[in-house]
Amino acid sequence: MLGFVLRRIAMAVPVILILIIFSFVLMRAAPGGPFTKERALPPVVLENINAKYGLDDPFLVQIGTYLKNILFHFDFGPSFVYQDRTVNQIIADGFPVTLTYGFWTFVFAVLVGGALGIVAALKQNTWIDYLAVGFSIGAQALPNFIMAPILVLVFTLWLGWLPGGGWWGGPNDPNSYTSYLVMPVIALATSYLASIARLTRSSMLEVMNSNFIRTARAKGLPDRTIILRHTLKPALIPVISYLGPAFVGMITGSVVVDMFLSTGGIGKDFVQAALNRDYSVIMGITILVGMLTILFNLVVDVLYAWIDPRIRY
Amino acid sequence: MAHVTNVESAIDSTEVIKGRSLWQDARARFFRNKAAVVSLIILILVSLFALFGGMLTPWSNEEIDWNLMGDVRTLGGPSFETKHYFGLDPLGRDLFARVVQGTQISLMIGIVGALISVIVGTLYGATAGFIGGRLDNIMMRIVDILMAIPYMFVLILLLVVFGRSIFMLFVGIGLISWLDMARIARGQTLSIKNKEFVEAAIATGVSTPKIIIRHIVPNLLGVVIVYATLLVPSMIMFESFISFLGLGVQEPLTSWGALINEGAGQMRYGTLWMLGFPLFFFLISLFAFFFFGDGLRDALDPKDR
Amino acid sequence: MNISIKAALLCSAFAVASPAFAAGMHPVTGEALADNQTYTYRMLDDVKSFDPQINTDVEGSHILRDLFEGLVNSDPQGNSVPGAAESWEVSEDGLTYTFKLRDAKWSNGDPVTAGDFVYAWRRLADPATASEYAWYMELMGVENATKIVAGEMAPDTLGATAIDDKTLEVKIDAPRPYFPGMLTHASTFPVNQKVLEAHGNDWTKPGNLVGNGAYVLTDYVSGVKVTRERNPMYWDNDNTILETVVALVINDENIALTRYDAGEVDKTEVPAGQYPALKEKLPDETYSTPRSCSYIYMFNLGENGPEALKDVRVRKAMSYALNRDVIVDNILKGGQYPSYNWTHQKTAGFEMPAIDYATWSQDERVAKAKELLAEAGYGEGGKPLELTLNYNTSEAHKKIAIAASQMWKQNLGVNVTLANFEWKVHLDKLRSGDFGMARYAWCGDYNEPSTYTDLFTTTSGHNNGKYTNPKYDELAKAAKTSDNPAEEYKQMEQLLADDMPIVPVYQYTNVIMVKPDLKGFPFEDLMNNIYSRTMYKVAE
Repeated sequence: MLGFVLRRIAMAVPVILILIIFSFVLMRAAPGGPFTKERALPPVVLENINAKYGLDDPFLVQIGTYLKNILFHFDFGPSFVYQDRTVNQIIADGFPVTLTYGFWTFVFAVLVGGALGIVAALKQNTWIDYLAVGFSIGAQALPNFIMAPILVLVFTLWLGWLPGGGWWGGPNDPNSYTSYLVMPVIALATSYLASIARLTRSSMLEVMNSNFIRTARAKGLPDRTIILRHTLKPALIPVISYLGPAFVGMITGSVVVDMFLSTGGIGKDFVQAALNRDYSVIMGITILVGMLTILFNLVVDVLYAWIDPRIRY
Repeated sequence: MAHVTNVESAIDSTEVIKGRSLWQDARARFFRNKAAVVSLIILILVSLFALFGGMLTPWSNEEIDWNLMGDVRTLGGPSFETKHYFGLDPLGRDLFARVVQGTQISLMIGIVGALISVIVGTLYGATAGFIGGRLDNIMMRIVDILMAIPYMFVLILLLVVFGRSIFMLFVGIGLISWLDMARIARGQTLSIKNKEFVEAAIATGVSTPKIIIRHIVPNLLGVVIVYATLLVPSMIMFESFISFLGLGVQEPLTSWGALINEGAGQMRYGTLWMLGFPLFFFLISLFAFFFFGDGLRDALDPKDR
Repeated sequence: MNISIKAALLCSAFAVASPAFAAGMHPVTGEALADNQTYTYRMLDDVKSFDPQINTDVEGSHILRDLFEGLVNSDPQGNSVPGAAESWEVSEDGLTYTFKLRDAKWSNGDPVTAGDFVYAWRRLADPATASEYAWYMELMGVENATKIVAGEMAPDTLGATAIDDKTLEVKIDAPRPYFPGMLTHASTFPVNQKVLEAHGNDWTKPGNLVGNGAYVLTDYVSGVKVTRERNPMYWDNDNTILETVVALVINDENIALTRYDAGEVDKTEVPAGQYPALKEKLPDETYSTPRSCSYIYMFNLGENGPEALKDVRVRKAMSYALNRDVIVDNILKGGQYPSYNWTHQKTAGFEMPAIDYATWSQDERVAKAKELLAEAGYGEGGKPLELTLNYNTSEAHKKIAIAASQMWKQNLGVNVTLANFEWKVHLDKLRSGDFGMARYAWCGDYNEPSTYTDLFTTTSGHNNGKYTNPKYDELAKAAKTSDNPAEEYKQMEQLLADDMPIVPVYQYTNVIMVKPDLKGFPFEDLMNNIYSRTMYKVAE
């Protein structure tokens, strides 16, 4: 197992390298640049800027410098749009925010969604099942760009319970830490929660109808033991394979939360950087999310092996 | 599958007594499931609405009603008098015509996206999982690489570099939608490839592609179909997210997502019909896709027998 | 529910309000002041930079005007008034300005000197700074600026010199009566050399940043908010009333309005098309005031442009057939001005020429348009006319473009395909001349017509439609030295109406919501130069 993990980590290096080059090339192929603005810059001014950021170097030199800075200094360079800040600073500002509400979203979605799915499967074709299923579709149906404004409307304007957006600013903040967390988590969690509930339900049903569970039942094992010891683990396999991509989806999907609820996470940074052609920020966030994806897929594979002893690496 | 039906028809022609095939069984089971049947009817109705709804209204999806556009809030509500059955959109265009046209686009995107995902993803995942070893490693690393590129990034760039079009949207969706499916299919394959019937097939010398198609894939169908029914609406929502970012279909074309997004912006200004009608179609289709998929799953699940 | 929030806000206000201003009175108007002097407003996007020489956007400028102070300020009506400079003199030839600086301090206690301005201005022009606004130095016409930006001369040759600590002399290359007004621009604000050198790139971080404005930067949470608080070192600190100014980043205009209703922000923009309804509901809080921007569709007359548009009759027909009143009254609904010319009509020193079609009825315009199009051999009975209109992604641009395309189709039978591009792509296509018609808007840099009229000279970098008329260029040149440039501007506008290289669509207004207890907002300033220190909150 250790060997497997090490091999995967070693594999990650070329993957990240390919990712960097691929996105670097694609990004530069897009029309317009970071300094293409409403006011056309005089050519001389543009030359000065390009010289400052090394954008006038040959393409290969640019990639080389970029890779060198990342590898040796872990420096993603300056932002072209937020010129007071470096990419490292932007990520350091935004990523903890995204990670925080992403983590709670994840916990919330897995616990609630998983529980919902298990209950629905155990009580298949009863009103509990229908309710759980109905709820999970309803939750998934409302896109989060509708959810977010409704949440603000309800919790901020009508009830006056929560601030209408923003992020905790330290001990001097009149609002509590949690009060900033509630709306992002609800807005982001619903669709994942629903997916997890449905996947859990369907795979639970599948496992419960399989031979080894029938055998267990025939042996007269109590229901609780059957569910906990025999059903849950195999039933979670498809769910777990969903979690890896779901986590990454949460990071990119967080753009809606960041835009509507002003949380200041990297979701918005990313989309805006793409639209602004802020090359270095896009690259930085892409690499970060890429590494996270690889890490998560690795964790998922390890979990696989742990849950399903038949899988060998 | 084709092979099964061929055998079936061969038997049909030689024997008088009609045997019940797997698919006949499935059909029977499916039609016993009321929710699934109702869903199928709803989906058919929605499709009919998308195909022929345009004939019911004198307005097109791009014409502006100049008389009413100035005061949509008070004059532009749903009305048979003005022949705007669903009212007007914020610009004074007929919402009925726009919902009809948006339904076409959204259904198309949902179904095409899911189809690509199912076909490519399942075969890919099953192949990788079944063959295993080095090939599995390479194939899944390719998926890793593709998945490590955040999908929004790919799509935004594709739409930006190659310009916005429905075709590009399909390419973008097609490029990434199969990845999840491939992983899920592989995961399932890993857990069934050591089963007796597969080992028996290997032992009797059945070729690898045949094993994948005939033994692995049918056993993946339960999960695949459930996931695909999750995919159709998520493709539709995916498109709406792209619309939300302003990179969706070009005006005057529209989609459910674009309409819902537009309506949601007007939520507080007394024109709820702009959100209500597209959301209604979106919701019932979503529910229908789900129950339909569920019915299919129950019907196709070979373990139920 | 609203009431409870307000009550809660008030309670917290009692706890933090500084006693010196509690229950105070406004020194001039005598209004009772609120205890909580915190002004919170909605900001569309995160601040790009707090560095005056690096900042490029409008929202950044609002903040910079609080943190720094230039030589000249504008008052709430938009007139130029002394800022860091107490007074100034101009030589007889109009080429040398001598500014007398007042006794003022930086927020760290250092005196503000003429040298600080010289340092900042050289920094702006210096190629090593690579400021995007380096061209502003050129626009002001400061001696040698052009050559310094081009790297041909050293930055210390710039025509701005510190005669002594309190005297700044500026040499410009041609007389510009509006020169002092240009100094309200944030890129001309001074910076403290010592601080820059001490902190390097981090000098704009809260705590490091030292300014000479009425406020200091106390908190910045990226993507969330910017907080600034009263600067006790500011020379006119006694007249500053607002204690704290908070800018909240809220991307979505509808959510911003919800939060305004919930009492979380004191000022926000009115969502597109909602002005009449809100005006009816909250007449005392809803405002529409002129703003110096002009919205047009540009024709591509260059080599890549469609052949049909080279014919002035076609261009005129397109312009005439556009019903601006519908766009302004039924789509935008924010009191915008239907536009038949280029320069914003409220610009100081601008006189509107008598443009013929502005006075016609829409039916007359359409009739004339049909006639012209038929003469040109297009439309009904002639060749079919197919054009493309590029616009960048935005709800309002989309609506206007759709309505316009319908007008052209129904009135003239011209088929206009809409092409929506993401912002950068739109600009890229504009620059490379890859368009038929394109949406374009320009906001004035200073309150004088040349900021508009210069755009369509042959050599202008913004003349993407490649309109060229030697007479226009001559007039533009003459206007620079004319005693009465209004006459030249008038003739230039007349030329634009005759040649019709653009379709004027509308001229902007600022459509905003402001809480009734916030006073002193500069509604009348066309340039929207907001200074927080002129505002205050009255007790309700």
